[in-house]
Amino acid sequence: MQKKRSRLRPRVAPWLFLTPAIVLAAGLMFAPLVYTVVLSLQGRKVAASGIGIAADVFVGLDNYVAALTNPALLGSFARMLGYALIAVPVTMGLALVFALLLDNLSTRFTRFSRISIFVPYAVPGVIAALMWGFMYLPGVSPVGELFSLWGWPVPNPLDGGSVFLAVANVSIWGGIGFNMVILYTSLRGLPQEIYDSARLDGCSELQLALRIKLPLILPGVILTGVFTVIGALQVFSEPNMMMSLTNSITSDWVPMMLVYRDAFVTNDLYGASATAIIITAVTMIASLGLLRVLRDRAFGSES
Amino acid sequence: MSVDTAPKKKPAFWPTAVLLVGAAYSLFPVYWLVAASTKGAGELFTTSTLVPSFTGGFFENLGELLRFNDGAFLVWSGNSILFSVGGSVMATAVAAAAGYALAKFDFRGKQVAFTFLLIGVLIPGVVLAIPQYLLLSKIGIAGSYWSVLLPFAISPFSIYLARIYAGAVVPTELLEAGRIDGASEWRLFRSIALPAMVPGLITIFLLQFVAIWNNFLLPFIMLSKQETFPLTVGFYAMMNQGSDQLNVYNLVIIGCLLAIIPLILLFLFLQRYWKLDLVSGSLKG
Repeated sequence: MQKKRSRLRPRVAPWLFLTPAIVLAAGLMFAPLVYTVVLSLQGRKVAASGIGIAADVFVGLDNYVAALTNPALLGSFARMLGYALIAVPVTMGLALVFALLLDNLSTRFTRFSRISIFVPYAVPGVIAALMWGFMYLPGVSPVGELFSLWGWPVPNPLDGGSVFLAVANVSIWGGIGFNMVILYTSLRGLPQEIYDSARLDGCSELQLALRIKLPLILPGVILTGVFTVIGALQVFSEPNMMMSLTNSITSDWVPMMLVYRDAFVTNDLYGASATAIIITAVTMIASLGLLRVLRDRAFGSES
Repeated sequence: MSVDTAPKKKPAFWPTAVLLVGAAYSLFPVYWLVAASTKGAGELFTTSTLVPSFTGGFFENLGELLRFNDGAFLVWSGNSILFSVGGSVMATAVAAAAGYALAKFDFRGKQVAFTFLLIGVLIPGVVLAIPQYLLLSKIGIAGSYWSVLLPFAISPFSIYLARIYAGAVVPTELLEAGRIDGASEWRLFRSIALPAMVPGLITIFLLQFVAIWNNFLLPFIMLSKQETFPLTVGFYAMMNQGSDQLNVYNLVIIGCLLAIIPLILLFLFLQRYWKLDLVSGSLKG
Protein backbone atom coordinates (compact mmCIF):
# COMPACT_ATOMS: atom_id res chain seq x y z
CA MET A 1 0.00 0.00 0.00
CA GLN A 2 2.73 2.37 1.06
CA LYS A 3 4.79 1.50 -1.99
CA LYS A 4 1.90 1.96 -4.36
CA ARG A 5 1.18 5.44 -3.01
CA SER A 6 4.70 6.71 -3.50
CA ARG A 7 4.72 5.41 -7.06
CA LEU A 8 1.43 7.15 -7.78
CA ARG A 9 2.23 10.44 -6.13
CA PRO A 10 4.66 12.02 -8.60
CA ARG A 11 2.05 11.57 -11.32
CA VAL A 12 -0.64 13.43 -9.44
CA ALA A 13 1.55 16.00 -7.68
CA PRO A 14 2.62 18.01 -10.77
CA TRP A 15 -1.00 18.42 -11.79
CA LEU A 16 -1.92 19.64 -8.32
CA PHE A 17 0.87 22.24 -8.52
CA LEU A 18 -0.38 23.24 -11.96
CA THR A 19 -4.04 23.42 -10.96
CA PRO A 20 -4.19 27.10 -9.96
CA ALA A 21 -2.40 28.17 -13.15
CA ILE A 22 -4.54 25.98 -15.39
CA VAL A 23 -7.82 26.98 -13.75
CA LEU A 24 -6.97 30.69 -13.98
CA ALA A 25 -5.66 30.37 -17.54
CA ALA A 26 -8.72 28.44 -18.64
CA GLY A 27 -11.16 30.80 -16.97
CA LEU A 28 -9.49 34.12 -17.65
CA MET A 29 -7.60 33.58 -20.92
CA PHE A 30 -9.09 30.75 -22.93
CA ALA A 31 -12.76 31.07 -22.01
CA PRO A 32 -12.69 34.80 -22.89
CA LEU A 33 -10.88 34.06 -26.14
CA VAL A 34 -13.41 31.39 -27.12
CA TYR A 35 -16.22 33.68 -26.05
CA THR A 36 -14.84 36.42 -28.29
CA VAL A 37 -14.76 34.02 -31.24
CA VAL A 38 -18.38 33.01 -30.55
CA LEU A 39 -19.48 36.64 -30.28
CA SER A 40 -17.64 37.53 -33.47
CA LEU A 41 -19.74 34.98 -35.39
CA GLN A 42 -23.01 36.40 -34.10
CA GLY A 43 -25.10 39.45 -34.77
CA ARG A 44 -28.18 41.06 -33.34
CA LYS A 45 -31.02 40.88 -35.79
CA VAL A 46 -34.72 41.49 -35.66
CA ALA A 47 -36.39 38.24 -36.66
CA ALA A 48 -38.25 38.66 -39.96
CA SER A 49 -41.45 36.99 -38.83
CA GLY A 50 -41.27 38.24 -35.28
CA ILE A 51 -42.74 41.26 -33.60
CA GLY A 52 -39.60 43.33 -33.56
CA ILE A 53 -37.70 41.45 -30.86
CA ALA A 54 -33.98 41.45 -31.54
CA ALA A 55 -32.10 38.23 -30.95
CA ASP A 56 -28.54 36.93 -31.25
CA VAL A 57 -28.24 34.98 -34.47
CA PHE A 58 -25.38 33.20 -36.15
CA VAL A 59 -24.11 35.37 -38.98
CA GLY A 60 -20.99 33.45 -39.99
CA LEU A 61 -18.14 35.64 -41.16
CA ASP A 62 -20.26 38.75 -41.77
CA ASN A 63 -18.61 40.69 -38.94
CA TYR A 64 -15.16 39.82 -40.27
CA VAL A 65 -16.09 40.93 -43.79
CA ALA A 66 -17.50 44.14 -42.37
CA ALA A 67 -14.40 44.76 -40.22
CA LEU A 68 -11.93 44.05 -43.00
CA THR A 69 -13.76 46.30 -45.47
CA ASN A 70 -14.16 49.05 -42.89
CA PRO A 71 -11.83 51.90 -43.79
CA ALA A 72 -11.64 52.85 -40.09
CA LEU A 73 -9.93 49.54 -39.20
CA LEU A 74 -7.56 49.72 -42.16
CA GLY A 75 -6.74 53.31 -41.24
CA SER A 76 -6.08 52.36 -37.62
CA PHE A 77 -3.78 49.53 -38.70
CA ALA A 78 -1.92 51.92 -41.00
CA ARG A 79 -1.46 54.43 -38.16
CA MET A 80 -0.38 51.69 -35.77
CA LEU A 81 2.16 50.56 -38.36
CA GLY A 82 3.43 54.11 -38.79
CA TYR A 83 3.80 54.43 -35.04
CA ALA A 84 5.48 51.01 -34.69
CA LEU A 85 7.93 51.70 -37.52
CA ILE A 86 9.24 54.63 -35.49
CA ALA A 87 8.89 53.26 -31.95
CA VAL A 88 10.30 49.72 -32.31
CA PRO A 89 13.58 50.37 -34.17
CA VAL A 90 14.39 53.48 -32.13
CA THR A 91 13.63 51.79 -28.78
CA MET A 92 15.63 48.68 -29.63
CA GLY A 93 18.45 50.59 -31.36
CA LEU A 94 18.99 53.00 -28.48
CA ALA A 95 18.63 50.24 -25.87
CA LEU A 96 21.34 48.27 -27.65
CA VAL A 97 23.65 51.26 -28.15
CA PHE A 98 23.32 52.28 -24.49
CA ALA A 99 23.85 48.69 -23.28
CA LEU A 100 27.02 48.36 -25.36
CA LEU A 101 28.27 51.75 -24.16
CA LEU A 102 27.65 50.75 -20.54
CA ASP A 103 29.70 47.63 -21.12
CA ASN A 104 32.50 49.61 -22.77
CA LEU A 105 35.53 49.98 -20.53
CA SER A 106 36.28 53.55 -21.54
CA THR A 107 32.81 54.93 -20.70
CA ARG A 108 32.42 57.03 -17.54
CA PHE A 109 29.40 57.76 -15.34
CA THR A 110 27.97 54.34 -16.22
CA ARG A 111 26.18 53.84 -12.91
CA PHE A 112 24.50 57.24 -13.03
CA SER A 113 23.50 56.80 -16.67
CA ARG A 114 22.21 53.29 -16.16
CA ILE A 115 19.96 54.31 -13.28
CA SER A 116 18.77 57.50 -15.04
CA ILE A 117 17.82 55.69 -18.24
CA PHE A 118 16.03 53.01 -16.20
CA VAL A 119 13.90 55.58 -14.31
CA PRO A 120 11.13 55.90 -16.97
CA TYR A 121 10.39 52.17 -16.54
CA ALA A 122 8.82 53.06 -13.19
CA VAL A 123 6.50 55.61 -14.82
CA PRO A 124 3.12 54.27 -15.98
CA GLY A 125 2.45 54.77 -19.71
CA VAL A 126 -0.61 56.89 -18.95
CA ILE A 127 1.39 59.23 -16.74
CA ALA A 128 4.23 59.36 -19.28
CA ALA A 129 1.68 60.31 -21.93
CA LEU A 130 0.36 63.05 -19.66
CA MET A 131 3.83 64.45 -18.91
CA TRP A 132 4.93 64.51 -22.52
CA GLY A 133 1.47 65.68 -23.58
CA PHE A 134 1.83 68.75 -21.36
CA MET A 135 5.33 69.36 -22.68
CA TYR A 136 3.98 69.20 -26.23
CA LEU A 137 1.36 71.88 -25.47
CA PRO A 138 2.53 75.08 -27.18
CA GLY A 139 1.75 77.12 -24.05
CA VAL A 140 3.96 75.08 -21.71
CA SER A 141 6.45 73.49 -24.09
CA PRO A 142 10.12 74.17 -23.29
CA VAL A 143 10.91 74.16 -27.02
CA GLY A 144 7.98 76.46 -27.71
CA GLU A 145 9.34 78.89 -25.19
CA LEU A 146 12.67 79.05 -27.07
CA PHE A 147 10.87 79.44 -30.39
CA SER A 148 8.71 82.29 -29.21
CA LEU A 149 11.79 83.93 -27.71
CA TRP A 150 13.29 84.00 -31.20
CA GLY A 151 9.97 85.08 -32.67
CA TRP A 152 9.38 81.82 -34.54
CA PRO A 153 5.96 80.22 -34.75
CA VAL A 154 5.56 77.67 -31.95
CA PRO A 155 5.12 74.12 -33.30
CA ASN A 156 2.55 71.73 -31.89
CA PRO A 157 3.97 68.19 -32.14
CA LEU A 158 0.49 66.75 -31.67
CA ASP A 159 -0.73 68.40 -34.87
CA GLY A 160 -0.35 66.88 -38.31
CA GLY A 161 2.08 64.12 -39.25
CA SER A 162 4.37 64.74 -36.29
CA VAL A 163 1.72 63.20 -34.02
CA PHE A 164 3.28 59.80 -34.86
CA LEU A 165 6.64 61.01 -33.62
CA ALA A 166 5.01 62.54 -30.57
CA VAL A 167 3.21 59.34 -29.53
CA ALA A 168 6.19 57.12 -30.45
CA ASN A 169 8.47 59.32 -28.34
CA VAL A 170 6.41 58.53 -25.23
CA SER A 171 6.79 54.77 -25.61
CA ILE A 172 10.42 55.08 -26.69
CA TRP A 173 11.11 57.10 -23.55
CA GLY A 174 9.40 54.48 -21.41
CA GLY A 175 10.82 51.42 -23.19
CA ILE A 176 14.55 52.04 -23.64
CA GLY A 177 15.54 51.56 -20.00
CA PHE A 178 14.12 48.11 -19.38
CA ASN A 179 15.41 46.71 -22.66
CA MET A 180 18.78 48.32 -22.03
CA VAL A 181 19.11 46.75 -18.58
CA ILE A 182 18.14 43.31 -19.90
CA LEU A 183 20.71 43.55 -22.72
CA TYR A 184 23.34 44.96 -20.38
CA THR A 185 22.73 42.04 -18.00
CA SER A 186 23.27 39.63 -20.92
CA LEU A 187 26.52 41.39 -21.77
CA ARG A 188 27.73 41.11 -18.19
CA GLY A 189 26.90 37.42 -18.26
CA LEU A 190 29.38 36.79 -21.07
CA PRO A 191 32.78 35.38 -20.12
CA GLN A 192 35.11 38.38 -20.14
CA GLU A 193 38.18 36.32 -21.12
CA ILE A 194 37.06 36.05 -24.73
CA TYR A 195 37.63 39.77 -25.16
CA ASP A 196 41.26 39.63 -24.11
CA SER A 197 42.56 37.73 -27.10
CA ALA A 198 40.50 39.93 -29.45
CA ARG A 199 42.04 43.02 -27.83
CA LEU A 200 45.52 41.52 -28.14
CA ASP A 201 44.85 41.02 -31.85
CA GLY A 202 44.24 44.76 -32.13
CA CYS A 203 40.45 44.66 -32.19
CA SER A 204 38.98 48.10 -31.45
CA GLU A 205 36.22 48.54 -28.84
CA LEU A 206 33.76 49.26 -31.65
CA GLN A 207 34.69 46.11 -33.55
CA LEU A 208 34.54 44.17 -30.30
CA ALA A 209 31.03 45.44 -29.67
CA LEU A 210 29.69 44.80 -33.16
CA ARG A 211 31.50 41.60 -34.12
CA ILE A 212 31.78 39.74 -30.83
CA LYS A 213 29.38 41.07 -28.18
CA LEU A 214 26.37 41.69 -30.40
CA PRO A 215 26.24 38.18 -31.93
CA LEU A 216 26.64 36.62 -28.48
CA ILE A 217 23.67 38.45 -26.98
CA LEU A 218 21.45 37.95 -30.03
CA PRO A 219 19.01 35.67 -28.14
CA GLY A 220 18.42 38.47 -25.62
CA VAL A 221 18.01 40.99 -28.44
CA ILE A 222 15.44 38.73 -30.11
CA LEU A 223 13.48 38.24 -26.91
CA THR A 224 13.31 41.94 -26.02
CA GLY A 225 12.67 42.82 -29.67
CA VAL A 226 9.68 40.50 -29.92
CA PHE A 227 8.24 41.89 -26.69
CA THR A 228 8.72 45.44 -27.99
CA VAL A 229 6.89 44.52 -31.21
CA ILE A 230 4.02 42.89 -29.27
CA GLY A 231 3.80 46.03 -27.13
CA ALA A 232 3.68 48.25 -30.20
CA LEU A 233 0.92 46.18 -31.82
CA GLN A 234 -1.16 46.57 -28.67
CA VAL A 235 -0.58 50.28 -28.09
CA PHE A 236 -3.57 51.81 -26.35
CA SER A 237 -2.97 53.83 -23.18
CA GLU A 238 -0.64 56.49 -24.57
CA PRO A 239 -2.75 57.67 -27.55
CA ASN A 240 -5.93 57.15 -25.54
CA MET A 241 -4.63 59.51 -22.86
CA MET A 242 -3.36 62.09 -25.35
CA MET A 243 -6.75 62.21 -26.99
CA SER A 244 -7.79 64.75 -24.35
CA LEU A 245 -4.99 67.10 -25.46
CA THR A 246 -5.41 67.12 -29.23
CA ASN A 247 -7.89 66.68 -32.05
CA SER A 248 -5.47 64.79 -34.29
CA ILE A 249 -5.85 61.62 -32.20
CA THR A 250 -9.28 60.20 -32.93
CA SER A 251 -11.12 57.54 -30.94
CA ASP A 252 -10.19 55.00 -33.65
CA TRP A 253 -6.56 56.06 -33.92
CA VAL A 254 -5.10 52.57 -33.40
CA PRO A 255 -6.87 49.16 -33.61
CA MET A 256 -7.11 48.72 -29.83
CA MET A 257 -8.86 52.06 -29.46
CA LEU A 258 -11.27 51.10 -32.21
CA VAL A 259 -12.12 47.84 -30.42
CA TYR A 260 -12.64 49.67 -27.15
CA ARG A 261 -14.90 52.26 -28.79
CA ASP A 262 -16.98 49.66 -30.63
CA ALA A 263 -17.40 47.49 -27.54
CA PHE A 264 -18.11 50.13 -24.91
CA VAL A 265 -19.08 53.40 -26.58
CA THR A 266 -21.08 52.42 -29.65
CA ASN A 267 -22.08 49.04 -28.15
CA ASP A 268 -21.30 46.98 -31.23
CA LEU A 269 -19.95 44.03 -29.30
CA TYR A 270 -20.07 41.65 -32.26
CA GLY A 271 -18.11 43.90 -34.56
CA ALA A 272 -15.65 44.67 -31.76
CA SER A 273 -15.15 40.93 -31.17
CA ALA A 274 -14.38 40.30 -34.83
CA THR A 275 -11.90 43.19 -34.84
CA ALA A 276 -10.33 41.87 -31.62
CA ILE A 277 -9.86 38.41 -33.17
CA ILE A 278 -8.28 39.98 -36.26
CA ILE A 279 -5.83 41.88 -34.03
CA THR A 280 -5.03 38.70 -32.09
CA ALA A 281 -4.36 36.85 -35.34
CA VAL A 282 -2.12 39.67 -36.60
CA THR A 283 -0.23 39.75 -33.29
CA MET A 284 0.30 36.00 -33.26
CA ILE A 285 1.35 35.81 -36.90
CA ALA A 286 3.65 38.80 -36.53
CA SER A 287 5.37 37.65 -33.35
CA LEU A 288 5.65 33.97 -34.30
CA GLY A 289 6.82 34.92 -37.80
CA LEU A 290 9.31 37.40 -36.43
CA LEU A 291 10.58 34.85 -33.95
CA ARG A 292 11.10 32.32 -36.72
CA VAL A 293 12.82 34.74 -39.11
CA LEU A 294 15.10 36.07 -36.37
CA ARG A 295 15.90 32.59 -35.08
CA ASP A 296 16.78 31.41 -38.58
CA ARG A 297 18.99 34.43 -39.11
CA ALA A 298 20.62 34.11 -35.73
CA PHE A 299 21.12 30.38 -35.53
CA GLY A 300 20.81 29.40 -39.19
CA SER A 301 24.39 28.22 -39.40
CA GLU A 302 23.88 25.76 -36.57
CA SER A 303 20.88 23.89 -37.91
CA MET B 1 27.97 49.44 -2.98
CA SER B 2 29.23 47.31 -5.78
CA VAL B 3 32.92 47.48 -6.48
CA ASP B 4 33.89 47.53 -10.10
CA THR B 5 36.93 45.33 -10.44
CA ALA B 6 37.28 45.55 -14.22
CA PRO B 7 40.29 47.63 -15.19
CA LYS B 8 39.18 50.97 -16.65
CA LYS B 9 40.72 52.08 -19.89
CA LYS B 10 41.48 55.73 -20.44
CA PRO B 11 38.23 57.69 -20.72
CA ALA B 12 36.91 58.28 -24.21
CA PHE B 13 34.73 61.28 -24.91
CA TRP B 14 32.01 60.02 -27.22
CA PRO B 15 30.75 56.92 -25.39
CA THR B 16 30.30 58.93 -22.20
CA ALA B 17 28.71 61.88 -24.02
CA VAL B 18 26.16 59.69 -25.81
CA LEU B 19 25.23 57.95 -22.59
CA LEU B 20 24.82 61.24 -20.73
CA VAL B 21 22.56 62.56 -23.48
CA GLY B 22 20.45 59.43 -22.96
CA ALA B 23 20.36 60.07 -19.23
CA ALA B 24 19.32 63.69 -19.79
CA TYR B 25 16.54 62.60 -22.16
CA SER B 26 15.30 60.15 -19.53
CA LEU B 27 15.41 62.55 -16.60
CA PHE B 28 14.22 65.70 -18.36
CA PRO B 29 10.45 65.00 -18.14
CA VAL B 30 10.82 64.20 -14.45
CA TYR B 31 12.59 67.53 -13.92
CA TRP B 32 9.87 69.29 -15.89
CA LEU B 33 7.26 67.62 -13.69
CA VAL B 34 9.02 68.83 -10.53
CA ALA B 35 9.24 72.39 -11.90
CA ALA B 36 5.63 72.42 -13.11
CA SER B 37 4.29 71.09 -9.81
CA THR B 38 5.51 74.24 -8.05
CA LYS B 39 3.34 76.50 -10.19
CA GLY B 40 0.16 77.80 -8.67
CA ALA B 41 -3.16 78.39 -10.40
CA GLY B 42 -2.63 80.32 -13.64
CA GLU B 43 1.17 80.18 -13.49
CA LEU B 44 1.46 77.04 -15.60
CA PHE B 45 0.85 78.85 -18.87
CA THR B 46 2.30 82.23 -17.92
CA THR B 47 5.69 81.57 -16.30
CA SER B 48 8.81 80.12 -17.88
CA THR B 49 8.28 76.40 -18.09
CA LEU B 50 11.64 75.17 -16.79
CA VAL B 51 11.98 77.60 -13.90
CA PRO B 52 10.22 76.47 -10.73
CA SER B 53 7.94 78.95 -9.05
CA PHE B 54 8.50 79.93 -5.44
CA THR B 55 5.16 81.54 -4.75
CA GLY B 56 3.96 78.62 -2.67
CA GLY B 57 2.19 76.96 -5.57
CA PHE B 58 3.51 73.54 -4.61
CA PHE B 59 1.71 73.42 -1.27
CA GLU B 60 -1.35 75.09 -2.76
CA ASN B 61 -1.49 72.30 -5.39
CA LEU B 62 -0.78 69.62 -2.82
CA GLY B 63 -3.64 70.80 -0.59
CA GLU B 64 -6.01 71.04 -3.54
CA LEU B 65 -5.06 67.56 -4.74
CA LEU B 66 -5.62 66.00 -1.32
CA ARG B 67 -9.01 67.72 -1.07
CA PHE B 68 -10.00 66.78 -4.64
CA ASN B 69 -13.23 64.73 -4.62
CA ASP B 70 -13.01 64.13 -0.85
CA GLY B 71 -9.52 62.68 -0.90
CA ALA B 72 -9.90 60.63 -4.08
CA PHE B 73 -6.13 60.76 -4.66
CA LEU B 74 -5.36 58.86 -1.46
CA VAL B 75 -8.07 56.31 -2.22
CA TRP B 76 -6.63 55.75 -5.73
CA SER B 77 -3.12 55.40 -4.29
CA GLY B 78 -4.41 52.80 -1.84
CA ASN B 79 -6.13 50.93 -4.66
CA SER B 80 -2.97 50.97 -6.78
CA ILE B 81 -1.03 49.48 -3.89
CA LEU B 82 -3.74 46.88 -3.23
CA PHE B 83 -3.90 45.79 -6.88
CA SER B 84 -0.12 45.72 -7.31
CA VAL B 85 0.71 43.91 -4.08
CA GLY B 86 -2.28 41.55 -4.15
CA GLY B 87 -2.03 40.78 -7.86
CA SER B 88 1.71 40.18 -7.85
CA VAL B 89 1.64 38.02 -4.71
CA MET B 90 -1.00 35.80 -6.34
CA ALA B 91 0.74 35.75 -9.73
CA THR B 92 4.07 34.87 -8.11
CA ALA B 93 2.57 32.07 -6.02
CA VAL B 94 0.74 30.60 -9.02
CA ALA B 95 3.87 30.89 -11.17
CA ALA B 96 6.11 29.34 -8.49
CA ALA B 97 3.94 26.21 -8.19
CA ALA B 98 3.42 25.87 -11.94
CA GLY B 99 7.05 26.58 -12.81
CA TYR B 100 8.26 24.06 -10.25
CA ALA B 101 5.90 21.38 -11.59
CA LEU B 102 6.98 22.02 -15.19
CA ALA B 103 10.69 22.05 -14.38
CA LYS B 104 11.03 19.19 -11.92
CA PHE B 105 8.50 16.53 -12.91
CA ASP B 106 8.23 14.32 -15.96
CA PHE B 107 4.64 13.55 -16.71
CA ARG B 108 2.39 12.93 -19.63
CA GLY B 109 0.85 16.11 -20.99
CA LYS B 110 3.64 18.35 -19.69
CA GLN B 111 4.41 19.93 -23.05
CA VAL B 112 0.71 20.45 -23.74
CA ALA B 113 0.23 22.13 -20.37
CA PHE B 114 3.25 24.37 -20.93
CA THR B 115 2.12 25.43 -24.41
CA PHE B 116 -1.41 26.02 -23.11
CA LEU B 117 -0.09 28.33 -20.40
CA LEU B 118 2.37 30.14 -22.67
CA ILE B 119 0.05 31.02 -25.55
CA GLY B 120 -1.45 33.70 -23.33
CA VAL B 121 1.65 35.88 -23.86
CA LEU B 122 0.53 36.48 -27.42
CA ILE B 123 -3.10 37.39 -26.75
CA PRO B 124 -3.47 41.18 -26.75
CA GLY B 125 -4.71 42.69 -23.49
CA VAL B 126 -7.76 44.39 -24.93
CA VAL B 127 -8.83 41.19 -26.67
CA LEU B 128 -8.99 39.49 -23.28
CA ALA B 129 -10.20 42.40 -21.23
CA ILE B 130 -13.53 42.86 -23.00
CA PRO B 131 -14.74 39.23 -22.78
CA GLN B 132 -13.21 38.99 -19.30
CA TYR B 133 -15.44 41.89 -18.39
CA LEU B 134 -18.48 40.21 -19.93
CA LEU B 135 -17.78 36.87 -18.25
CA LEU B 136 -17.02 38.42 -14.88
CA SER B 137 -20.20 40.49 -15.06
CA LYS B 138 -22.12 37.26 -15.66
CA ILE B 139 -20.86 35.86 -12.39
CA GLY B 140 -21.44 39.23 -10.79
CA ILE B 141 -17.96 40.39 -9.85
CA ALA B 142 -17.23 42.92 -12.61
CA GLY B 143 -16.50 46.25 -10.99
CA SER B 144 -15.21 44.64 -7.78
CA TYR B 145 -11.60 44.45 -6.65
CA TRP B 146 -11.54 40.77 -7.64
CA SER B 147 -12.33 41.61 -11.26
CA VAL B 148 -8.93 43.30 -11.47
CA LEU B 149 -6.99 41.03 -9.12
CA LEU B 150 -7.97 37.69 -10.68
CA PRO B 151 -6.91 38.45 -14.28
CA PHE B 152 -3.60 39.77 -12.92
CA ALA B 153 -3.04 36.53 -10.98
CA ILE B 154 -2.35 34.56 -14.16
CA SER B 155 0.85 35.68 -15.86
CA PRO B 156 2.21 33.38 -18.60
CA PHE B 157 5.53 35.17 -18.72
CA SER B 158 6.00 34.71 -14.95
CA ILE B 159 5.30 30.98 -15.31
CA TYR B 160 7.88 30.80 -18.09
CA LEU B 161 10.47 32.56 -15.91
CA ALA B 162 9.63 30.43 -12.86
CA ARG B 163 10.12 27.28 -14.94
CA ILE B 164 13.55 28.40 -16.14
CA TYR B 165 14.58 29.40 -12.65
CA ALA B 166 13.29 26.28 -10.90
CA GLY B 167 15.07 24.16 -13.50
CA ALA B 168 18.33 25.95 -12.75
CA VAL B 169 18.31 26.16 -8.96
CA VAL B 170 16.17 23.44 -7.38
CA PRO B 171 18.45 20.48 -6.55
CA THR B 172 16.91 17.29 -7.99
CA GLU B 173 19.01 14.97 -5.79
CA LEU B 174 17.65 16.62 -2.67
CA LEU B 175 14.09 16.12 -3.90
CA GLU B 176 14.79 12.46 -4.58
CA ALA B 177 16.40 11.98 -1.19
CA GLY B 178 13.38 13.59 0.43
CA ARG B 179 11.03 11.34 -1.51
CA ILE B 180 12.90 8.24 -0.32
CA ASP B 181 12.59 9.54 3.24
CA GLY B 182 8.84 9.71 2.73
CA ALA B 183 8.35 13.47 2.66
CA SER B 184 5.15 14.62 1.00
CA GLU B 185 5.35 16.46 -2.32
CA TRP B 186 3.94 19.57 -0.67
CA ARG B 187 6.60 19.41 2.01
CA LEU B 188 9.33 19.02 -0.64
CA PHE B 189 7.99 22.08 -2.46
CA ARG B 190 7.75 24.12 0.74
CA SER B 191 11.10 23.27 2.28
CA ILE B 192 13.38 22.51 -0.68
CA ALA B 193 12.07 24.14 -3.84
CA LEU B 194 10.64 27.41 -2.54
CA PRO B 195 13.66 28.54 -0.49
CA ALA B 196 15.95 27.88 -3.46
CA MET B 197 13.67 29.84 -5.77
CA VAL B 198 13.40 32.98 -3.62
CA PRO B 199 15.72 35.29 -5.64
CA GLY B 200 13.95 34.39 -8.88
CA LEU B 201 10.55 34.82 -7.25
CA ILE B 202 11.50 38.32 -6.06
CA THR B 203 12.30 39.23 -9.66
CA ILE B 204 9.00 37.78 -10.87
CA PHE B 205 7.16 39.66 -8.12
CA LEU B 206 8.82 42.97 -9.05
CA LEU B 207 8.18 42.57 -12.78
CA GLN B 208 4.56 41.78 -12.07
CA PHE B 209 4.28 44.62 -9.54
CA VAL B 210 5.41 47.18 -12.11
CA ALA B 211 3.25 45.66 -14.83
CA ILE B 212 0.16 46.00 -12.62
CA TRP B 213 1.10 49.42 -11.23
CA ASN B 214 1.55 50.73 -14.78
CA ASN B 215 -1.50 48.95 -16.22
CA PHE B 216 -4.33 51.10 -17.40
CA LEU B 217 -6.47 49.01 -19.70
CA LEU B 218 -7.79 46.28 -17.40
CA PRO B 219 -8.97 48.50 -14.51
CA PHE B 220 -10.20 51.04 -17.07
CA ILE B 221 -12.49 48.40 -18.57
CA MET B 222 -13.45 46.57 -15.38
CA LEU B 223 -14.11 49.40 -12.96
CA SER B 224 -16.81 52.03 -13.07
CA LYS B 225 -16.85 53.48 -9.54
CA GLN B 226 -14.36 56.23 -8.72
CA GLU B 227 -13.56 54.77 -5.32
CA THR B 228 -12.22 51.55 -6.87
CA PHE B 229 -9.90 53.24 -9.41
CA PRO B 230 -6.13 52.86 -9.31
CA LEU B 231 -4.04 55.99 -9.95
CA THR B 232 -3.73 55.48 -13.72
CA VAL B 233 -7.50 55.37 -14.25
CA GLY B 234 -8.01 58.12 -11.70
CA PHE B 235 -5.77 60.57 -13.58
CA TYR B 236 -7.50 59.68 -16.81
CA ALA B 237 -10.89 60.41 -15.27
CA MET B 238 -9.55 63.65 -13.82
CA MET B 239 -8.26 64.82 -17.20
CA ASN B 240 -11.54 64.04 -18.90
CA GLN B 241 -13.83 65.69 -16.40
CA GLY B 242 -11.49 68.58 -15.84
CA SER B 243 -12.16 70.99 -18.66
CA ASP B 244 -14.54 73.01 -16.48
CA GLN B 245 -12.07 73.16 -13.61
CA LEU B 246 -9.34 75.62 -14.43
CA ASN B 247 -6.56 74.27 -12.26
CA VAL B 248 -7.09 70.56 -12.96
CA TYR B 249 -3.82 70.52 -14.95
CA ASN B 250 -1.93 71.64 -11.85
CA LEU B 251 -3.56 68.90 -9.81
CA VAL B 252 -2.82 66.21 -12.39
CA ILE B 253 0.79 67.35 -12.62
CA ILE B 254 1.44 67.24 -8.89
CA GLY B 255 -0.50 63.97 -8.68
CA CYS B 256 1.75 62.40 -11.31
CA LEU B 257 4.80 63.57 -9.39
CA LEU B 258 3.49 62.07 -6.14
CA ALA B 259 2.64 58.85 -7.97
CA ILE B 260 6.01 58.26 -9.60
CA ILE B 261 8.52 59.47 -7.01
CA PRO B 262 7.83 56.66 -4.49
CA LEU B 263 8.00 54.04 -7.22
CA ILE B 264 11.30 55.40 -8.56
CA LEU B 265 12.73 55.39 -5.02
CA LEU B 266 11.46 51.85 -4.44
CA PHE B 267 13.22 50.78 -7.61
CA LEU B 268 16.52 52.39 -6.78
CA PHE B 269 16.34 50.68 -3.40
CA LEU B 270 15.38 47.27 -4.77
CA GLN B 271 17.79 47.26 -7.71
CA ARG B 272 20.27 44.94 -6.06
CA TYR B 273 17.64 42.27 -5.41
CA TRP B 274 16.75 41.89 -9.06
CA LYS B 275 18.03 38.93 -10.98
CA LEU B 276 17.47 40.32 -14.43
CA ASP B 277 19.77 37.75 -16.00
CA LEU B 278 16.71 35.56 -15.51
CA VAL B 279 14.90 37.61 -18.13
CA SER B 280 17.86 37.97 -20.46
CA GLY B 281 18.27 34.18 -20.59
CA SER B 282 21.90 34.22 -19.55
CA LEU B 283 21.13 32.55 -16.24
CA LYS B 284 23.89 30.31 -15.07
CA GLY B 285 22.57 27.41 -13.03
